[in-house]
Amino acid sequence: MTKSGFVVANLFRKRTRTILTLLSVIMAFLLFGLLQSVNTVFNAGADFVGATRLMVQARVSFTQPLPVSMVPKLEAIPGVARVAYQQWFGGVWQENTPLIMFALDPQRYRDVYPEWLMPEAQWQAFEHTRTGMIVGRQLADQYGWKLGQKIPIASNIYPLKNGSKAWAFDLVGIFDGKDEEWKRRTNLAFIQQDYFDEANQFNVKGRTNFFILKLQDGARAEAISKTVDAMFENSPDETKTQTEKDFNISFVKQIGDIGLIVRWILFAVFFTLLLVVGNTMAQSVRERVPELAVLKTLGFSDASVLGFVLAEAFALCLAGGLIGLVLASICGALVAKGTGGQFQLQLDAGVWLIGVAAIGLMSLAVGLLPALRARRLRIVDALAGR
Amino acid sequence: MSEAMVEVRNVTKVYERGKQKIEVLHGLTLEIPRGDFVALMGPSGSGKTTLLNLIGGLDQPTSGQITVGGSRLDQLRAGELAHWRARNVGFVFQFYNLMPVLTAEGNVELPLLLTRLSAPQRRKNVAVALQVVGLADRAKHKPRELSGGQEQRVAIARALVSDPQLLVCDEPTGDLDRKTADEILGLLQVLNREHGKTVVIVTHDPKAAEFARRTLHLEKGQLLEQAA
Repeated sequence: MTKSGFVVANLFRKRTRTILTLLSVIMAFLLFGLLQSVNTVFNAGADFVGATRLMVQARVSFTQPLPVSMVPKLEAIPGVARVAYQQWFGGVWQENTPLIMFALDPQRYRDVYPEWLMPEAQWQAFEHTRTGMIVGRQLADQYGWKLGQKIPIASNIYPLKNGSKAWAFDLVGIFDGKDEEWKRRTNLAFIQQDYFDEANQFNVKGRTNFFILKLQDGARAEAISKTVDAMFENSPDETKTQTEKDFNISFVKQIGDIGLIVRWILFAVFFTLLLVVGNTMAQSVRERVPELAVLKTLGFSDASVLGFVLAEAFALCLAGGLIGLVLASICGALVAKGTGGQFQLQLDAGVWLIGVAAIGLMSLAVGLLPALRARRLRIVDALAGR
Repeated sequence: MSEAMVEVRNVTKVYERGKQKIEVLHGLTLEIPRGDFVALMGPSGSGKTTLLNLIGGLDQPTSGQITVGGSRLDQLRAGELAHWRARNVGFVFQFYNLMPVLTAEGNVELPLLLTRLSAPQRRKNVAVALQVVGLADRAKHKPRELSGGQEQRVAIARALVSDPQLLVCDEPTGDLDRKTADEILGLLQVLNREHGKTVVIVTHDPKAAEFARRTLHLEKGQLLEQAA
């Protein structure tokens, strides 16, 4: 027998209680791993886009469209190489599957986003087919769409002139991304702005949600962004201009501040866990006061007894924490696989590091008070049951 | 029997229970020679267990001197006292106080975790101790799988395994039937006579006291008489 063997043996004196506590630790760290990964995904999702593009939207909200007539003014700003625009369509496939779908000017969009790769003939077809639609590879693969198909898609915002929301588009192109990052984002669909303007019932003709400014030099992004907003200040269409990365982050944050949500959920989870494991540890020490006194009688010092109790708390948290984090890694990998790589839930080194630190802190938090109680035990009182 | 194993000089012990102060031992003086087997008897509250705890280094006197095996226990700090206990004294309790999660050999090995002995050496010592108490064949059993007498034998093996010169036993047969009690006392007698251990037991049972070389009577915190 070793001291660590003694610690483990004590841990399993009440097998059911320890297993249940262990399960709660596992669940907490599973949640921790997954939520931290979600947080990482949302915060790091825009890293790859670079800073050579600016996004311009209405200052109040991107839901308030801006006039396409702003394009020449924007393009006249020194340092702006090309301007594209895109209008949110609100596409819905079949019963209730939302699509990330925009109406846009094909040529301008292609100029601003060279990262999307598609055969020239398909770009041409998109430009010259009024009801044309191009989709990313992931989307095409996911729904089995083939070139030449007529794809019925509803819009949850814009009805056709006849009042129906059942639009139909000709699939004329399937685009890919230039690298793995961009390939993972080929879950988009684009239609022609001209057709959208003509066919929708609402009077949004000649207006769009976003302008995308391709810059000649990314280093001038901040200055150009100020110039744009100053240009339209006090006009009916005031603008808010930000880098594409900031825009993506703020777009995600419309769901809510993911980081804050994650922190609050984890706070609740760990607070509950502290109570559960802390109670288990306190109860475990309370139950064996005479045994702890015997240890001291045999010659184990106060510090050794404190160490035994802390070691039990650490062993419990370490086992539960590591199993939870490993399970989170497996679940993350399954989610990433299940979503075709769109949702990269991976526990990176940072998450593991925070996880291990959390294990250490939690062990101290749940073990310290019972350990101190064990350390303070007076042998004669404890043996006498006082 | 030659020099003193235990010397208690003018020891008082006062417990504080809330605002109340209770003096349990009143200037008690006592000497136990090395190799002696002493039974401490007396009514409840007479201070027997308190005296035993002081001799075993489990508690400190309020005043007076206690010297055991040449060490002044009243001058040792808590940590030093723990270290001293590990090397010099073995304890046997009325209710055995074994660790329920450990096997008999695990319980006996426990004090050896405080030594520098290697695992094989520890196992060897444990086997010898269990052999001495006649429980070699029950080494793998947990306390709940043993009878009361067997549990107490394991407790004695645990007290013996680090080879202390002093064994202190608090009512070691108080929870056992007559026959088993006699076996345990016989074992303590063997340890005293054949292995030279100094044994001090607290007991209410006059028959148990008969196994000792001498009996000391305590009443109201004072030593009354010495019976041969």
